[in-house]
Amino acid sequence: MTKARFFGAGFPYNPLEEYPGKLVVLEGTDGVGRSTQITLLRQWLEKEGFAVSDTGLRRSPMTQPGLDAAKLGHTLNSMTMSLFYATDFADRLENQIIPALKAGFLVLSDRYFYSIIARDIIRGADPEWARKIYGFALVPDLVLYLRTDIQHLVTRMVHGRGFNFWESGMDIRFADNLYDGFCLYQSNLIDQFDLMAKEFKFVPVDASQSVNQVFEELKKRIIKLII
Amino acid sequence: MKANSTRGKLIVVEGIDGSGKSTQIDLLNKWLLSIGKSVYFSEWNSSDLVKSTTRLAKREHMFTPTTFSLLQCTDFTDRWENRIMPMLKAGAIVLADRYAFTAFARDVARGVDPQWVRTLYSFAIQPDLVLYFRVPLDVAVERITSARSKIKFYEAGMDLGLSDNKITSFRLFQQRIVDEYDHMVDEYQFTVIDGTQPVQAQQKTVRAIVKKQLQGWQGLLTPLEAVRRNTRQSKAIATGLPDTIEGEPS
Repeated sequence: MTKARFFGAGFPYNPLEEYPGKLVVLEGTDGVGRSTQITLLRQWLEKEGFAVSDTGLRRSPMTQPGLDAAKLGHTLNSMTMSLFYATDFADRLENQIIPALKAGFLVLSDRYFYSIIARDIIRGADPEWARKIYGFALVPDLVLYLRTDIQHLVTRMVHGRGFNFWESGMDIRFADNLYDGFCLYQSNLIDQFDLMAKEFKFVPVDASQSVNQVFEELKKRIIKLII
Repeated sequence: MKANSTRGKLIVVEGIDGSGKSTQIDLLNKWLLSIGKSVYFSEWNSSDLVKSTTRLAKREHMFTPTTFSLLQCTDFTDRWENRIMPMLKAGAIVLADRYAFTAFARDVARGVDPQWVRTLYSFAIQPDLVLYFRVPLDVAVERITSARSKIKFYEAGMDLGLSDNKITSFRLFQQRIVDEYDHMVDEYQFTVIDGTQPVQAQQKTVRAIVKKQLQGWQGLLTPLEAVRRNTRQSKAIATGLPDTIEGEPS
């Protein structure tokens, strides 16, 4: 059993004391290999007999259609975007993550609210306000931070899915082209993550290693948590 | 809350469902327009951005107190960033049918942390005027049940499981909201209006209060007024007469 801890008041109308599951978060910038690792971790954990539930940003059935539409229209201002994403996050936390933890699942979360506030802050949100929105959020059991530098990220993007509008932060016009935009925007994100790594006790993992090396390191960290 | 440092004026109405506040702000809006003011009206829960999500969540009963609170704040923020703030900066009178206080009352009545919801709205400014329409619960219930065929699920607070009966649940939920509002009267300097008075009498009171608030204040001119002044000014310049525009009552 893990004793439930919240960043602020949590959900006063629906208190959670403890839960038998584990909440493991993978954080890191775009293109750092999070989803690849989540797939591998899930297969491994299920083979070991753990019930696994995975979740990621913008997957709440309540907010997904609305958020997708808003993103298409580029109509979101910074605070509005913060709160819309917070709604998505809260919905998944209350209706998906916490029930799974209570049922003894190991929940693998592809990002947590850290990614959301990193993006909010770069777009001009007040860092303290952005953090305090998440007073309802559960403190994860483990936050694995996949970290790498810009040069490595660029290599991965060029040989992977290419550059796109959002991952280059083009909505805030850091630069007039996707490449420069990507470098500036992702560097800013890395700075924000590095700040939060200390504050929220992330466990850094060097993501410039091979997929297998990263996987082995993540496994090691998770084994420590579950045995 | 921060004080209003814009050129505009922010006037809001608050009160429980059936308190008559929407009727009063509508009349106020028409009056202000008729006396040549630049007015922008904004209603709670009316952002196009969030509309489809709210509709879906209400229909499917998907809301928890936290997601309800966050989504309504998203709605407010969208209106704040795109409408309310720009209009205030331009020097308009912004009339808001419900404001952050509705969230402070309703969301807390639903069980969220009072401090947390106040932090969510911490970017909002203290209005120049908060008109709080106070009515006994029985009067509100009577108005709601006779005017409308059906009280809606969330309006009645059915998500809280206070009662299986909609009217009973509505009463219990609204009573909690009234308690929260009453706490805020001093905290946020509400001007209390007796919502049991006849509509016309209330409107007379409201106009007198607003008139006093606007005394000596010069906001954004309406296009018609701007043209009228411009013409007079040109004439004054042409005839070499001293400019008499300044300090003239609008």
